[in-house]
Amino acid sequence: MVWGGWSEFWAMGGYGAFVWGAYGVTVAVLAVEVWLVRRRRRLARDEAARIRRRGA
Amino acid sequence: MIPWCAAAAIALCAAGLYVGFFVAPTDATQGESYRIIFIHVPAAWMSMFLYLVLAFWAGVGLALNTRLSAMMASAIAPTGAVMTFVALWSGALWGRPTWGTYWVWDARLTSELILLFLYFGFMALQAAIDDPRRADKAGAVLALVGVVNVPIIYFSVKWWNTLHQGASVSLTKAPTMAATMLAGMILMALAFWMYAVAVTLVRVRAIILERERRSDWIKELAPGA
Amino acid sequence: MIGTVAAVVRRDLLLAFRQRADVANTLLFFVVVVTMVPLGVGAEPNLLRAIAPGVVWVAALLAAILSLNRLFAADFADGTLEQMLISAEPLPLIVLGKTAAHWLVTGLPVTAMSVVLGVMFDLGAEATATLAAALALGTPVLSLVGAVGAALTLGLRGGGVLVSLLVLPLYVPVLILGAGSVEAVAAGLGAAPYLLLLGALALFALVLTPWAVSAALRISVE
Repeated sequence: MVWGGWSEFWAMGGYGAFVWGAYGVTVAVLAVEVWLVRRRRRLARDEAARIRRRGA
Repeated sequence: MIPWCAAAAIALCAAGLYVGFFVAPTDATQGESYRIIFIHVPAAWMSMFLYLVLAFWAGVGLALNTRLSAMMASAIAPTGAVMTFVALWSGALWGRPTWGTYWVWDARLTSELILLFLYFGFMALQAAIDDPRRADKAGAVLALVGVVNVPIIYFSVKWWNTLHQGASVSLTKAPTMAATMLAGMILMALAFWMYAVAVTLVRVRAIILERERRSDWIKELAPGA
Repeated sequence: MIGTVAAVVRRDLLLAFRQRADVANTLLFFVVVVTMVPLGVGAEPNLLRAIAPGVVWVAALLAAILSLNRLFAADFADGTLEQMLISAEPLPLIVLGKTAAHWLVTGLPVTAMSVVLGVMFDLGAEATATLAAALALGTPVLSLVGAVGAALTLGLRGGGVLVSLLVLPLYVPVLILGAGSVEAVAAGLGAAPYLLLLGALALFALVLTPWAVSAALRISVE
């Protein structure tokens, strides 16, 4: 363990804004991508199911 | 396979972040700001690697006329663009404390930005074409032309940068990198890799469903009804 | 083989001269864009001398992009392109002829005009000659690579903006080498390596792009 406590951890030796800014945006971007791709799959599935109900 | 990749991505990410934040020591020259490396370098690797994979699938799709390869190519593009963006963003936030500026017109940064434009161009072209078969093939030609260009772009930008030695920022890292730093970086790279595989596979499934929803075998598989 | 290329070049040139305004407009656009820059950044001679190569090259890129639409669109609209696709002559040769004609009515006038612009920006004789030489070597690449973009976006909505998005990143090496050659002369270094590399790029594009354009045309028209 290299940290003296949580506040020291969040401060990142004075570079907290940069480190957490980079990590935060990365997490946000990846989360949005996961959400979008799951939504796309869900919509495609629903559509396929709807066509099946109506057609067959 | 998707749940396995997703689980592996989360596990590797947790391990990588643990090593990166709690095991790896503080860098002697950069302090704690260097810890951005654990997302920056893996994202940059993935951004370039994914473009190669995209071009590979595009080439396979064009040569063998297989539809799934082309769908793989179009499923990879958004993830590649995301990785490129993450690499640029984290690089900017790393550059500020290290070099005192968010952006330098350095060869690597500029090439990465152009790579982002190449991803956008690929996606824009596919989005503009309504016929999926044409979109596949046109995208494939563009990806292949792009992949031939990427090394040329990289070297020309590198040369351009040596001519404009105005910013004079040395990007050469400290020669010795602590083993734990490297371990954290490798773990994160693997995590990003697994993430890319999982997201791409989910997206390719969605693309298949969107395109083949009227064919019989999808109707067999589709839930509900 | 030469006959095919020459016939296509002659035909496209003839068509271009029937619509002289189109040809003139590209050149006029190039000059107007370059003229706007001193009005935007100020008339300080040293500053203008420093940015002139980049400005002229960026304007040449834009002029090339804007004229790309003419390359295939008219032939696509009236069905000539389909005749070319099914003709017995090799498609890459036809493409080569059309691209050569495109260069003759865009790249060549731009190259000639750059001499005047070099004088206007007070570049000096050697730098102006280098600028013209670099444009002479680089603008064929712009036409060749641009032809790929034009073929891919044939008949698509929003084609003009889309083609810039696709093609401009691919123009980066030409821009760097072209503008770099003039700056090298200004810095007292030789421009030869830049011009040689530009020539290499031009040959590389000359060999490869006609095939890529042919593939793209078949995809777009089928």
